[in-house]
Amino acid sequence: MTLSEAPTTIVRNLMTVSQAAEPVKVAVRAPASSTAQRAARRWEAIQGYGFLFPALLLLLLFHVLPVFYALFLSLFDARVFRDMWAPGPFTGAGNYGRLLTNPEFGQSLANTVWFAGITVPLGLFLAVFFAQLLNARIWGRTGYRVTYFLPYVTSTVAAAVVWRWIFQPRIGVANAVIEWLGLPGLQWADEPRGIFMLFGQFVGLPLEGWLGGPSLALVTVALVSVWYSVGFNTVIALAGLTTIPADLYEAARIDGAGRWDLFRHITLPLLTPTLLFLLIVETIRSFQSFDFFYQMMAAQPVPGAKVVTIYLYQQGFKSFNLGYAAAIGMLLFVIIFALTLVQFRATRDRVVYAD
Amino acid sequence: MGVRSWELGVGEKRSSTPSPKTQLPTPNWADVARHAILLGFGVLMAFPFIWMILTSFKPFEETLSSPPTVLPIIWRPDNYAEAWRAANFPRFFLNSGIISLSTVFGTLLTSTLAAYAFARLRFPGREAFFLVFLGTMMIPQEVTLIPNFVLLTNLPCPIPADVICNPRGGWFDTFTAVSVPWWVSVFSIFLLRQFFLSIPNELWEASQLDGATHLEYLWRVVVPLSIPALLTVGLYAFVASWKSFLWPLIMTSRPEVRPLQVGLSTFALEAGTYYHLLMAASTFTIAPVVLLFILVQRHFLESIARSGLKG
Repeated sequence: MTLSEAPTTIVRNLMTVSQAAEPVKVAVRAPASSTAQRAARRWEAIQGYGFLFPALLLLLLFHVLPVFYALFLSLFDARVFRDMWAPGPFTGAGNYGRLLTNPEFGQSLANTVWFAGITVPLGLFLAVFFAQLLNARIWGRTGYRVTYFLPYVTSTVAAAVVWRWIFQPRIGVANAVIEWLGLPGLQWADEPRGIFMLFGQFVGLPLEGWLGGPSLALVTVALVSVWYSVGFNTVIALAGLTTIPADLYEAARIDGAGRWDLFRHITLPLLTPTLLFLLIVETIRSFQSFDFFYQMMAAQPVPGAKVVTIYLYQQGFKSFNLGYAAAIGMLLFVIIFALTLVQFRATRDRVVYAD
Repeated sequence: MGVRSWELGVGEKRSSTPSPKTQLPTPNWADVARHAILLGFGVLMAFPFIWMILTSFKPFEETLSSPPTVLPIIWRPDNYAEAWRAANFPRFFLNSGIISLSTVFGTLLTSTLAAYAFARLRFPGREAFFLVFLGTMMIPQEVTLIPNFVLLTNLPCPIPADVICNPRGGWFDTFTAVSVPWWVSVFSIFLLRQFFLSIPNELWEASQLDGATHLEYLWRVVVPLSIPALLTVGLYAFVASWKSFLWPLIMTSRPEVRPLQVGLSTFALEAGTYYHLLMAASTFTIAPVVLLFILVQRHFLESIARSGLKG
């Protein structure tokens, strides 16, 4: 799949690598000494590199070396240039300095953090909730699974177009429902004001600045984003649930444990590996979110919903500040990497394995 | 067959399907509540699709009515034909088809070869290479976006056909630029490697006695045995390529090479308020992938579930 599955897959398989070597070693025949055997081994190694070559070439060319080139580019005041090795005046850490002191970047980073702060907990909670409901022999289980998963296979662009229509401020169906309930309609994806500020206004409480909270535009996209990925998370959580041995529940029930006790003391602890996986995947996904912001706000998000990826896009491909945009990419990379590491470290000791 | 060990996590859980409920003929209120909640959220999840299809059949004037009508008063299937012509959608479909299928082909080719090398061939540095491969999964697309853009606009052009590369230099605005960087997938290599490892070594020994080379063995024995895994990998590659947006958005500027998502996006930003046409266009944009998903949903969901097991 995508890189979003990277961390745990890697961690999980650091072990497999060494295990994998075992059967091969068994296959090695007695101390190879004859020249024929040595030639055969050399021929096998050549084939090995040959088989690896196409994948390795693409990987290096388009995924590994670009990271180093991004680092190189980020040290220049690179705008439009002809020679890729002479992209403009060298400025050293200038781009990073500008970036860290730029309030626009600070705002976009804060927006991204708000976005992750909403989508990750909400997404995880709903996934476990749905998985818990689906984890039974109930009629129509497949139908539910398919319905919940459906958003994930549709294109983000089409989904964003539809949601924009639903949240259209004047004639959208969301406001029609809200007004039918006797409440004032909202500006949704076009609303730059914070959600707490809006709520404060409604009940007569002045909440300004930080107290205003994330913009409604950002929250709207966050809800759409949760809608989009909750099916994926549910399927993973469901897979995690089904690995919990049923006899554990039996034993606990005989000891008189109630539904909540079962969930609190068996399900939740044994689900921690899955939850860690989802936590990391969802965090990475939320930091990379771009499509919904771009499409739901006609490529021009209000300031309260301009996330880092949008800022990068605008700097790189609208203003052609390529060096500066490369620096944004590098910083994002470092942040995502650090977050993954921190989450992994912080939760490692709490993760419980059934076996 | 060798499938067993690959599916281990999934196999063992089947037997222990959760909290065995007493099967009583009287209504089980816990189950009723379960269904009520699931159904409620199910409607919420499906609502955008329902609303999209309903709107796609309304005439323009009806989409403006406030409050909105639920079912179209006048059904207007012409919206589809109109949307289909409003932008160059036939071309976008063709482009997406070319890009997605070539990505599937490329990914299957490079992944099969690399996975076989990792699973079956002995060479110095194999484990190190494997770790490097896995490590690249940590690199987010946002870092490589700018450098790849620069790199691809600077690559030489050996075949001057304008959908392959730009004779004036660079690969910008071509199918190759949109597709080739994604002809490699570490996740696919990993998945196939696991599968290949489960194929008994005796088969190789037997083929070797018949004088088969590794390439022949891979093509005649391993590939036919690995159809389910190859199907999964191909499906992932197809869906990922069909859905991808940001990369083709920055790498294309003309309709002749733009894939469907970028075409729809541009159309949506231009068509602004013609929601009846936009909904029709959205419907036929997502239809192929949704149909594909419904056809293979079991296979698809199970392989996703497997990817998260034992996280």
